[in-house]
Parts: sequence; structure tokens; C-alpha cells
Amino acid sequence: MFLEFFYLLRARGLDVSINEWMTLEEALDKGLAKASLTGFYRLCRSILIKTESDYDKFDQVFAEYFKGVETPEDLPEEFWNWLSGSELERALDDLGDRELFAKELDELLRMFEERIKEQKEKHDGGSYWIGTGGTSSMGRGGYNPAGIRVGGKGRHKTALQVAGERNFKDFREDTILDIRTFQMAFRKLRQYSSRVESQEKELDIDKTVDETCDKGGMLSLAYERPRKNTVKVLLLIDSEGSMLPYSRLCNRLFQAVSRSNHFKDLKIYYFHNAIYDRLYTTPYCKIRDSVDTMWVFNRLDSDYKVIFVGDAAMAPSELYRPGGNAIIGLFNRETGMEWFQKFKKRFKKQIWLNPIEKNSWEWTYGAQTIHDIGTVFPMYELSLDGLEKGIKKLLAR
Amino acid sequence: MRKQMNIFKGSKNYVVTDELMNAVNVSIALQKPLLIKGEPGTGKTMLAEAIADSLDMPLIIWSIKSTTKAQDGLYVYDTVQRLYDSQFGEGDVKNIGQYIKLGKLGEAFTSQRQVVLLIDEIDKADLEFPNDLLWELDKMEFYINETKETIKTKQRPIVIITSNAEKELPDAFLRRCIFHYIEFPDEEKMEEIIRVHYGDINSKLVANAMEAFYKIRGMKDLQKRPSTSELLDWIQALMVSGVSTEDLYEAMPFLGVLLKKNQDMEMFNEIKEKGYSLRNW
Repeated sequence: MFLEFFYLLRARGLDVSINEWMTLEEALDKGLAKASLTGFYRLCRSILIKTESDYDKFDQVFAEYFKGVETPEDLPEEFWNWLSGSELERALDDLGDRELFAKELDELLRMFEERIKEQKEKHDGGSYWIGTGGTSSMGRGGYNPAGIRVGGKGRHKTALQVAGERNFKDFREDTILDIRTFQMAFRKLRQYSSRVESQEKELDIDKTVDETCDKGGMLSLAYERPRKNTVKVLLLIDSEGSMLPYSRLCNRLFQAVSRSNHFKDLKIYYFHNAIYDRLYTTPYCKIRDSVDTMWVFNRLDSDYKVIFVGDAAMAPSELYRPGGNAIIGLFNRETGMEWFQKFKKRFKKQIWLNPIEKNSWEWTYGAQTIHDIGTVFPMYELSLDGLEKGIKKLLAR
Repeated sequence: MRKQMNIFKGSKNYVVTDELMNAVNVSIALQKPLLIKGEPGTGKTMLAEAIADSLDMPLIIWSIKSTTKAQDGLYVYDTVQRLYDSQFGEGDVKNIGQYIKLGKLGEAFTSQRQVVLLIDEIDKADLEFPNDLLWELDKMEFYINETKETIKTKQRPIVIITSNAEKELPDAFLRRCIFHYIEFPDEEKMEEIIRVHYGDINSKLVANAMEAFYKIRGMKDLQKRPSTSELLDWIQALMVSGVSTEDLYEAMPFLGVLLKKNQDMEMFNEIKEKGYSLRNW
């Protein structure tokens, strides 16, 4: 039943699995939809959709598929089976005789109920019974300017409207690479050390055995400090301008990093195209919320793993000319390139993540600067694969 | 014969929307865990209490912390106690069973009566945590290595899981759950909630307080917008203190109950004075 709906959901990017679909069937068997469309809607949503950001998408698909359905609450089961078990459809331009069917809604509904009582078998292609591909005012896949569609896809949209209030628009986010996959990748960014100040609370088995033996079998427990991740991260994000198309992707990366609580320390700053003497503390890159780049250098030790995120595409002057800073009113004595070289000297490990697809690096806008920055820092595409490679690079000794 | 189904209809202390009630009943009927998400303060945890209350079942709460492991919920084998006992000749050391301490999940599985099991804030735990529980929640059984016995449920518990969306949950886990997102209550629902908590309270106070409250919630720039529980606390403070409830938005007594962050307070005052704030620019 409704298998088309299942494929429509999948086609619209809602990742519904067969398991969930089977669960829905089971729920329908148990009568949990309460034989009403609203009940069915709620049931579908709670079983098939697992995040509020997909609610809106689901509402749209549901409205698209069930638009025009105003089923009497107690439509007998066989009618559904007759309708869903048939594929006959009338050509879209075959309108039948318009005059004949301009009937009032009330009369139509009354007829519909009568017809349910009368009809005893499957009818397709006719003009009276409830079936598919005909010009009767009830059924699906046919044409009637003012009919009742029973199941199936709405083709002409002249029937009555049901669902379609999009209440969850705000929650929507189109998932490309989701936060979890990023988070899983960042978990690999670990370096353990037990020389961290903390309480001794893990049982040290070897030492316990030794000490117990020393005391002639009298149990003596020894504890040790747990191992801790010592990785510290400095994340520098290019925001504004040419990065705008990638803001979703970068936002997701940012969320993943900031939610990863296994780093010993995490510092995040923003820049615009290239780095000069100031770094910004907010993505809006306002001079009011900025810090001296030198101040950052002085405060962070060289063990920080530096991750640049940016498209590296800019005018060459921004990289090579004093005063090349693209923010009007700011003058830089040292060129962007010189600053990047300083970063390279100051920190032991850095990588650059580029949201532009790798195979277009050579010809896209900013190909020259992408290449030049790529010679300073190892550059990777901002994809799961690229991120994993980059993390390996950061951890290599 | 069809077993008599438990049907949740809300309780007298908890206002429930039709949709949520539906989701609860679906999860009970299909015997699948119900995953509840929503803003903090929309009553996710309260839901489990209400279900237990209305179906007259015991409630077992497993609060998840960042250090919680899946194993903790099943059972813990107290090796150290057993070693000590063997040393000093106390207790029956041969009986391993007495050193197995069941966790919350184990407790729920072995209960003679059907229980409501609340797994609170599952997103606090490690990323892999939900995956480690897949089998146990699916089959409602687990194996104790030390005693070689399988713990199996007698009465499948009703499982409610809450999440604050701090971490993303794995797909495989999500696919086994029924999901519901609790929306922030609209004004009508909110009034009902207030009535449930404070009975016949001065309607003018409620109306004024709600007006001010929704104005504050409308400020999109706040970092932490106040939620239901904060509104309830605030109303209580207003009632107890007996301050004038005229024009609450201007006077704003006990602002600290609603806004918990310094920046938010400053932001609020700025918006109230000037009608806008440029702090985030």
C-alpha cells in the first residue's frame, strides 16, 4: 500500500529505510492510524522522520502526494486495494466532457458515499464507479474537474486540499555532509598522554599484581591517571565574500568541531581571504571584535594544530602586495603571504581545508592563489575524505 | 486474542498535545523506544513521569552523563569487593551472582511489573553510546559473562529517551525509534500549562506575565531564550512577592529568573530602551 509514497519520500531526499516502512505497515495493521488522514500523517511522521529539520520536507512531500485527498473517515479497506492495485492512467489532455461533471461538492460527497455502498468490485476506466483512469468523479489517475481523488498521486490538482501547512520551515537544513560524520572524523584527532594533571582513578592492574605479591598475597590496589587527549586546535575560518556559497558546509564543520569536547583546547578565529595583522573573533569580521595576530602567536604554543578553512581564492594583490587587504581602510605593511609564512614557522602542524572541489582547483577563479597557498600549507578538499587525510597529516610526527 | 493495550491519555499534572499523545501510544503499541527532542524546558523529562503516573507503573530513570558507558546500564561486576571478601573470608565468594550489580537497564528488564524506563539526555554520552545499546533495546535482553546467564525481560518496558541535540545520534539507532519533537507551546497551551500548575490563579497576572514573556521570547538575539520552566518560576516569584502586575514588561521584576546570562540581560535592556540591538553586528 502507498508504495509510491515511500519512493516519493526517498526521491525527495528523505532517507526512509525498508525497516521503518515495515514498522509503518505493522502500525497500520494494528489500526494506529485511527482510519483518518490526520492520524495517518502523524503516524508516518513519528515513525519515518527522525529529526525536526526534516519535518518541513516531510510536510511538503505529504502534501504533494496526498493533495486532494479528503477521504471519508471510514473508507472500506477493499477500495484502497482496488485502487492501489491498478496502473491504468488517462492521458493528461484527455479531459472528457466538462459540462457533465460540474457538480456541487455536497452532492458529490453524497454520491461518493452511495457509491461506496453500491460498489462491489474493482472498476477501472469507466465513468461511474470508483476506479482508476476514468472520468467518474471518484477515483484516481483520471480526469474530472471537481472530483474526489482516492489515494494515488494528484495529477491535475483540481481536487480538495488537505495537508500543506508548513509549520516546520525554520528547522530545515539540507544535509550534505552531516555533523555526525564530521564529528566521527574529528575523533581521530587524538594524541594520548598520561602526563596530565588529574586524579588517579583508573586501576593499574600490573602495579596491583606487583604490590600484592610484594605484600605476600595481601591485596593492595594501585591506581593510575587516566590517559587524556592532548591535542590543541587552532581553527581559522575564512568568512565572507567568496565563501558564502560554502557557508552551510563550513557551519557544519564548525558545529562538529565546537561540539567535540575531546580537545584539550580549541581556539577559533576568523579572517577575510588572507591573514594580516589582525584576526577576528566573530564571523562578521568587524575591526571592533578583533585581536592582534601577534598576540595570538604569543599566547599559543607551537603544539597547536592549525586548521585553515577557506577557498584560498582571491586577487593576487591580496596575497602579494603591501596594502592588499580587501577590507577598505585597513593597511597591511606585510603581505598576506608573509603572514602565512609566519604561521608556518610559528606552529609545527598546519593544514588548509578548501571547500572547492579538488578537481577544479586548477582552473576555477583564484587558481593562482589556491596553488600558491597550497605550496605553503598542505591543502585538502573539505570533504570527509579530505578531512581524514588532513587529520592524518596533523598527527604525523 | 489481542492483549489489552495501555493507552496514555495525559495526566492531571501534565498538559499533552494530541500529537505527542499519539506518538507515545504508537511507541507503546509497537514496543519501540520513543525518542523525544525539544528545546530545554519543554517538559521532556516530565513526560516519562506523566506516563508512569497515568498508567500506574513504576518509573526507572537512567540519567546519562558524559562518562556513562552502555555497560553501566546493564550490570557491573564488582571485582574488588570479591577480592577483598576472598582475602578476609567474608561472604560467599563462590557465588559470583552476588557481585553482579544490575544497572538501571538491568533493573527495568528484571522487574516483575511492566515499568517505564527513562533514558535521560542520551546525547550527553559518548558518540558511540547509542550504538552500544542497539541489541539490548531491540531484543530487550543481555548476557552476563561472569555468571553465564541471559537476562530477559518479563514485561517489555516502555522506553522513553530524551535528547537535547548536543550530539547527533547514529542512524542505526534512530531507525529503531519512534521520534517526536516537542514544539514550544503556543499561548493557548501555555495558559493551560500554567493553570495545571497553579490552579485558579489571577487571570490578569497570567495574561500580563505571558505578554511580557512572549515579548522576550520574540527577541531572536538572545543566547538562551527563556522556556516554560522559567516562566513558571517567574510567575511563582510574582505571586509570592505580590508586586504590582501592571505593565510587567516595563518594570520587569525578577528578570534574573527568566534570563540566566549577563549578556542576555544587557541585550534585553538595550532592546527595551532603543527597540533594537547592534551587539551581534
